[in-house]
Amino acid sequence: MPTFISPTPITAELIARHGVTPDEYERIQKILGRDPNVTELGVFSVMWSEHCSYKSSRAELRKFPTTGPTVLVKAGEENAGVIDIGDGWGVAFKMESHNHPSAVEPFQGAATGVGGIIRDIFTMGARPVFLLNSLRFGPITGDTVDVKLNRRLFGGVVSGIAHYGNCIGVPTIGGEIYFDESYSGNPLVNVFCAGVLKHEEIARGAAKGPGNPVFYVGAETGRDGLAGAAFASRELTEESKEDRPAVQVGDPFKEKLLLEACLELLALEGAVAGIQDMGAAGLTCSTCETASRGGTGVEIDLALVPQRETGMSAYEILLSESQERMLIIANKGREADVRRIFEKWELPYAEIGRVTDDGMMRVKHGDLGVVVEIPARQLAEEAPLYHPEAKEPPAVPRLDLAKLDFISPQEALPRLLAHPNLASRRWVYRQYDYSVRGGCVVSPGSDAAVFHVREADKFLAATSDCNATFCRIQPRQGAMMAVAEAARNLVCSGARPLAVTDNLNFGNPNKPENFWQLRESVEGLAEACRAFNTPVTGGNVSLYNESPAGVVDPTPTVGMVGLIEKEEHITRQYFRDAGDVILLLGSIGGGLGGSQYLLQLHGKNEGPLPRFDLPSEIAVQESLLSLIRAGLVKSAHDCSEGGLAATLAECCITGAAPIGASVALGTRNLDRRDDDLLFSESPSRIVLTVAAENAAAALLLLQRGGVEARKLGTVGGDELVILTDAARYAWKTSDLHAEWSETIPALMS
Amino acid sequence: MSPPDSPTQLELSLPKLAGRRLPRFAVIQFPGSNCDQDCVRALRDDCGYAAEYVWHQESSLAGFDAMVVPGGFSYGDYLRCGAMARHSPVMRAVSEAAASGVPVIGICNGFQILCEAGLLPGALIRNRSLHFVCAPVTLRVESVESLFTSQCYAGQLLTLPVAHGEGCFHADPDTLRTLEENHQVLLRYVDPLTGESTEASNPNGSVSNIAGICNAERNVFGLMPHPDRATHARLGSEDGKMIFAAMAEHVAGVAAKR
Repeated sequence: MPTFISPTPITAELIARHGVTPDEYERIQKILGRDPNVTELGVFSVMWSEHCSYKSSRAELRKFPTTGPTVLVKAGEENAGVIDIGDGWGVAFKMESHNHPSAVEPFQGAATGVGGIIRDIFTMGARPVFLLNSLRFGPITGDTVDVKLNRRLFGGVVSGIAHYGNCIGVPTIGGEIYFDESYSGNPLVNVFCAGVLKHEEIARGAAKGPGNPVFYVGAETGRDGLAGAAFASRELTEESKEDRPAVQVGDPFKEKLLLEACLELLALEGAVAGIQDMGAAGLTCSTCETASRGGTGVEIDLALVPQRETGMSAYEILLSESQERMLIIANKGREADVRRIFEKWELPYAEIGRVTDDGMMRVKHGDLGVVVEIPARQLAEEAPLYHPEAKEPPAVPRLDLAKLDFISPQEALPRLLAHPNLASRRWVYRQYDYSVRGGCVVSPGSDAAVFHVREADKFLAATSDCNATFCRIQPRQGAMMAVAEAARNLVCSGARPLAVTDNLNFGNPNKPENFWQLRESVEGLAEACRAFNTPVTGGNVSLYNESPAGVVDPTPTVGMVGLIEKEEHITRQYFRDAGDVILLLGSIGGGLGGSQYLLQLHGKNEGPLPRFDLPSEIAVQESLLSLIRAGLVKSAHDCSEGGLAATLAECCITGAAPIGASVALGTRNLDRRDDDLLFSESPSRIVLTVAAENAAAALLLLQRGGVEARKLGTVGGDELVILTDAARYAWKTSDLHAEWSETIPALMS
Repeated sequence: MSPPDSPTQLELSLPKLAGRRLPRFAVIQFPGSNCDQDCVRALRDDCGYAAEYVWHQESSLAGFDAMVVPGGFSYGDYLRCGAMARHSPVMRAVSEAAASGVPVIGICNGFQILCEAGLLPGALIRNRSLHFVCAPVTLRVESVESLFTSQCYAGQLLTLPVAHGEGCFHADPDTLRTLEENHQVLLRYVDPLTGESTEASNPNGSVSNIAGICNAERNVFGLMPHPDRATHARLGSEDGKMIFAAMAEHVAGVAAKR
């Protein structure tokens, strides 16, 4: 029991202000066998916030498949999962959100998001090798106050990511960006990091060995980011701007030093017993989690913590979310190694306590004595678990195709390519250093990024995907399609998908319709991950993504990593040589529900989603992979936003120099409108090319594999020509390229 | 992780060149350097030379044949790019080595450091776009009379990536005139198709499209593009090897004369 008697009385109002419910307060009293003091209340409030405890989503997350032959560290065990990539090497990866901080302060919010996810990876003992990001903003076209704000958020987030990633020297090699009304004022910033390590180098976040010294290393603690975890667990309101002190300030230079120092220390055999980063809930979370995982207790003295401000209270030091800090439990007798390495890297460090065997998180504050004494395991593991009510919202209206105006594809394709959702992202990725570490083999802008990990001599492919419009219309199927698209993107680059990290972005879970979307999405993700044999190795849940204007579309972002067996299997999305034959793998598809054509050109938010089933999707992906491994494929591009027409256009214009193509779509038996034919976002389709002399063999192989495939046409010329039963459409590739490439720079200049 | 410069791994990564000592490159490590590992791997694995890290607190560079000041954000670059790094003990040693004719190459942030240290004229300021820029660029070799471009032909076009926020080369008119008259401009940003220096091909607003310059003695070279990221075909270009090969060739020549 604390020896220090806090002068602050615990009132019902104070409890409520900490976001602690009366039931939760009773639970706290039961665990402690007494009333908490205000510092302890603060500790419980952050540890039991949605952000740290997943109290509303935990029961759902248990539905994910988390095991498999390649899983070395499972979801939830540590800061990030680790997957075997062969030859004794593993890849650690994870995705995390920084939505709320980015809404309030886009530059620092996004920057510290990158810093946080990088720390999660090197905490595992892995060398961070690349970053991805998945971003969503409100519309950026126009001149309204909201649109201007969205542009400011977009520009600020991109600069923040660039600032942090470029400085620390971890390349940002891919990702996705979408613009939709639902994200107006409530952007989503999901960042992903992957790192590599040898199996025996996996570090654990456990406080093992009573008597072992506990070190604080990294930046000094300040008042910045006070209780950010609690901040991220509320809806955004007009007053959120006043929460600005809850947004932390990042220092990538310091993190670079911390990264190198930690990896240098971890490389010394037997020096480190446990290591944990201080992210959300800072010192509080790292001490009680390491103790809980180690089955031990931890005792620290806050007076020993390096501080950048004077007069900080125990409450402030414990709950601060200052960046670039780690907790290291050294093995007794190896203190000198910690000191030597952190002195070399000129980083603050201090021995602040030791591991105990009584299971308590005990915090002293100098002469004040013991200020916090809480059973660590119960604090970390026994957060309340909620099963919020779920209610299906009214169905999204169904499109009546007969009543939909026909926009000629001749006009529609350039307009779609010029829409910010499809337009070139070069303005963005030019600001990211993607070439540092000399491993980015397929640069940003292709279906998946491909990275050569020099240390391990392995080729990894990675992507992040989610069509949130689909998820709004039918969350279960939308989530399944997100997994399928991610896997398809990897396969298009020549990789076999290995595992998934997910970032669930939803609204307030206490609103039954939001929770229904969450549950449906999780079940859809789980089913698809099982089908693809891609276990979920970790991730993040971000709830309360609501602004005064409403809730975001359900956005279960899927980050997926795959392994490319041989360098020669690396495949790019753009057409290569005149004369190559273009094939469509998968059915011709159909259905405009949820398509960009319907949404952006007709302004209609209507469903239903096009038909999707997992077995056909898997068959398509397997046959492409065997075709690639047979050495037959010259390019492969996943068919997604903008449908077949946009896919073909992208194949023509995303290479070093635009190249044309002639395509004939014989649909005599289908009786289809050309807009439905060309802009349906029907899944499970891939546009690929083969050398003319291999076309017959490729088609035969595909048909033998039992998948639908057909010849579409030939690469060549300076026009994209599409012939349907009804009409002939033709566009100069240079014109399409101009439409596609000029949109975002023009909006952002 | 075994330290990257342990002798066993070093030996493994080096092809055996019969009877000839491998040129030994020092790759300077400042706190915040982030291309040091890229440089060492490019030199060892892709070029087959010996390369070792030298920590910024070292004051001796004895035993090294050539120096690389790599890219990154030395000391966080919070003051002015490269302004802090020039005061480190190792930079005194680099300056001494440069004065004795040893080849010194500064890449990106390394170029900024060499300018700050007075080993090269001019300065690098914020890109004209105000944005960080990462992209492959085309460069024209303006002079082959240097320890760095001797393996190229005059007018040759090279492809190297740039990745910087402050790479706009700036110098006063007198300095510029001197640089041009002495053919100290070794690389210029040009259009990949025409080979002409145009505004569109200039990624950062550098005066006269200058991408890299050498000192009057022609043994110190600073450039914003990254030869260290263009030493393998899979990265889109191997042109960076030519620059390191020229340095190695010079070193071998010096050794032969001894």
